[in-house]
Amino acid sequence: MRSPRTATALVLTSALAAGLLAGCANDDPAEDPSVDAEAGEDAEPEEITLSVVSLIPGSEPEAFAAFDERVAEFEEMYPYITVEGVEYEWRATTFAAQLAGGTLPDVYEIPLTDAKTLIQNGQLADLDAEFAQLDYANEFNEQLLAAGTGEDGHVYAIPAKSIYGVALHYNRDLFEQAGLDPDDPPTTWDEVAEYAAQIKRETGVAGFATMAANNTGGWQMTAATYARGGRVQEANEDGTYTATLDNDATRAHLEFLHELRWTDDAILADTTLDWGTINQAFAAGQLAMYTSGSDVLNSLMETNGLDPATYGLTAMPLEGDDAGVLVGGTLAAVNVSADDATKDAAIKWIDFWYLSTLRDEQQAVRDSQVRNEGGQGVGTPVLPIFSREQYEQELEWKADYINVPLDQMTGYTDVMFDQPVVGEPSRQTQPFYGLLDSAVQAVLTDEGVDIDALLADLNEQAQALLDSE
Amino acid sequence: MATLVHATRPRRSPVTWARRGGLSTLVFALPLLVVFGVFSWLPIGRAIVMSFQETNLVVSEWVGLDNFRAVLDDPLLGRAVANTAWFALLALIFGYPVPLVGAVLMSTVRRMRGLYSVLAYLPVVVPPVVAVLLWKFFYDPRPEGVFNQILGWVGVGPFPWLQNQTWAMPSLVLEATWAAAGGTVIIYLAALTSVPAELYDAAEVDGASLWGKIWHVTMPHLRGVLLITFILQIIGTAQVFLEPYLFTGGGPNNATVTVLLLIYRYAFGQSLGGDYGMATALSLMLAVLLAVLSLAYFRLTRGWSTS
Repeated sequence: MRSPRTATALVLTSALAAGLLAGCANDDPAEDPSVDAEAGEDAEPEEITLSVVSLIPGSEPEAFAAFDERVAEFEEMYPYITVEGVEYEWRATTFAAQLAGGTLPDVYEIPLTDAKTLIQNGQLADLDAEFAQLDYANEFNEQLLAAGTGEDGHVYAIPAKSIYGVALHYNRDLFEQAGLDPDDPPTTWDEVAEYAAQIKRETGVAGFATMAANNTGGWQMTAATYARGGRVQEANEDGTYTATLDNDATRAHLEFLHELRWTDDAILADTTLDWGTINQAFAAGQLAMYTSGSDVLNSLMETNGLDPATYGLTAMPLEGDDAGVLVGGTLAAVNVSADDATKDAAIKWIDFWYLSTLRDEQQAVRDSQVRNEGGQGVGTPVLPIFSREQYEQELEWKADYINVPLDQMTGYTDVMFDQPVVGEPSRQTQPFYGLLDSAVQAVLTDEGVDIDALLADLNEQAQALLDSE
Repeated sequence: MATLVHATRPRRSPVTWARRGGLSTLVFALPLLVVFGVFSWLPIGRAIVMSFQETNLVVSEWVGLDNFRAVLDDPLLGRAVANTAWFALLALIFGYPVPLVGAVLMSTVRRMRGLYSVLAYLPVVVPPVVAVLLWKFFYDPRPEGVFNQILGWVGVGPFPWLQNQTWAMPSLVLEATWAAAGGTVIIYLAALTSVPAELYDAAEVDGASLWGKIWHVTMPHLRGVLLITFILQIIGTAQVFLEPYLFTGGGPNNATVTVLLLIYRYAFGQSLGGDYGMATALSLMLAVLLAVLSLAYFRLTRGWSTS
């Protein structure tokens, strides 16, 4: 089955890497603002090809052109590295197959929540030595960095790309057509339901939609549970965990979805929607509101060709005593079979592509200029990888190139640093999401669903998952 | 066969064996044996071993029958088996007679038979993934969806198709039947051409009706083929994966989770790497079940076959 393929991939990788020496001397340290050139290595490094994540499959040609432009600049800095972009979208249901099949690029992206287990399984390359080369290695948000650090204290995955809080995205045009003020988005879940029903009535378009497949339905159900003051699992004092899917917040949100579907008929009744397809549907004007990470506008622009003028962003309505916003994010990791030369090239790429654009004025300006010209979003609100000050500084550098309508996002940006944040469930994250997927699908496809019985059953399965650890 | 040869002839020396073409036979067979060995038998052997292990493909630990127990304890297994059986039954009801009727009808037409064959076979040529994406589009549950609009003209629908726990499975069977019927039609057509024309003439002389000719002349000649296609259909539908995986991912609410999809979920469904032990254990259980079923079927039907 996989074994021959894995073996072939391994042979190919080793053949590619064979004879390549670990050379990381950079002839001109001045060109390289953030990576310390290693002293004493004057030898010309050997040629190396590094495969990296480029963009989501199906992205706009201009976005790929912009990517290629940045790659050319990187290759000019490091003439011995040839970068090969691989289109990539992380999906819970395909990642393991890609990892086992050896088809992931050398540098790839993983969610914050997966790093610990991947490290434990020995599936990520140890990047500690390479990470130490970054002159800002000590300035990361500690909690984020801890997510990619192993029990041995070594860094295996580095916070990169973006850290998001889940927020509510809406289509301003549909708001207007329905007689709603797009500058006054809903602030409670009741209002979300009310607005959704009104939009459906006035425009015929679904007022709301939710992801429901490939574990993303469970991810958003968890976000909604947090927003309504609930949790899906709790840590016990003895180190064990208790599943709490059967909580009032989850129940309230399932009832909310059920009512939107069966009473108001105001929700897009499609249980196959996941992160990518709901973006597509939103950009195509098939729905007015949905929840997803705060940074999704970037993808809507570069992959789905969304006109930002129609886009609005506001905060998740928070209700209940312990309500919070679900935060998540991305780490950059390197293929476990990578040799030192590949890892060294990888850290240079991670620095250049993901991080220098947040820390170095010249790179920040250049990157936002290229992204702006390529029609990609610049200035989309995300949570800081380093510190709030650093983030605000970065936005200042990029100010001339910001092309996302920040004045249409104030519902979120006004409160993004004040909202309480809650991390994703730490145990059995994706299996939990998988279980909640089926709950979302059940309320959207079965009018007579018994939500209490459904949650009781799922909670039992969730507890079994926790007990199996 | 080899033992038979040995039993009736004196033992040959390796030289005579080689001289009589044994060596070239081996050389010719070798690539096939190697390919089969490496890509079929080795993975099968590895799967049997893995089903008794807990493994992440790097480190393995023997766990006895734990994987089989875990599979049998999975609350989703019953659902998957029931769904697969439901798919197989629906596919049998729709998918088995449709190609047969199509082939019999096509064999009776005199003109443009080639065109009909091409039309019937066309869906088989369409890559399955493309076909599913196309049908997903047809199955749009909104009134303006392709199928719903067409049915709307005659005042039927709209139907939720894939967006309903009851409708989802029949929708998958409809597409699967469309996609697979062409291949079976061609097999039946080939079998039909082997029916001697004089038998029909004789039947006609005896005053047989069209139905009488089909029942008494055509069917007995097709019996062997029908028996084979029946068991192939059962084996094929028991392993249905593509349709539920691409159409619904097993949803809504696990209404289309099949045994093979469950195996896939065990192995690859979670981003953190799967339970390859459980996946191979269930694969093995399915394989044994199908082997037993096939054996029993052939024993039961031994007397029916014409071939």
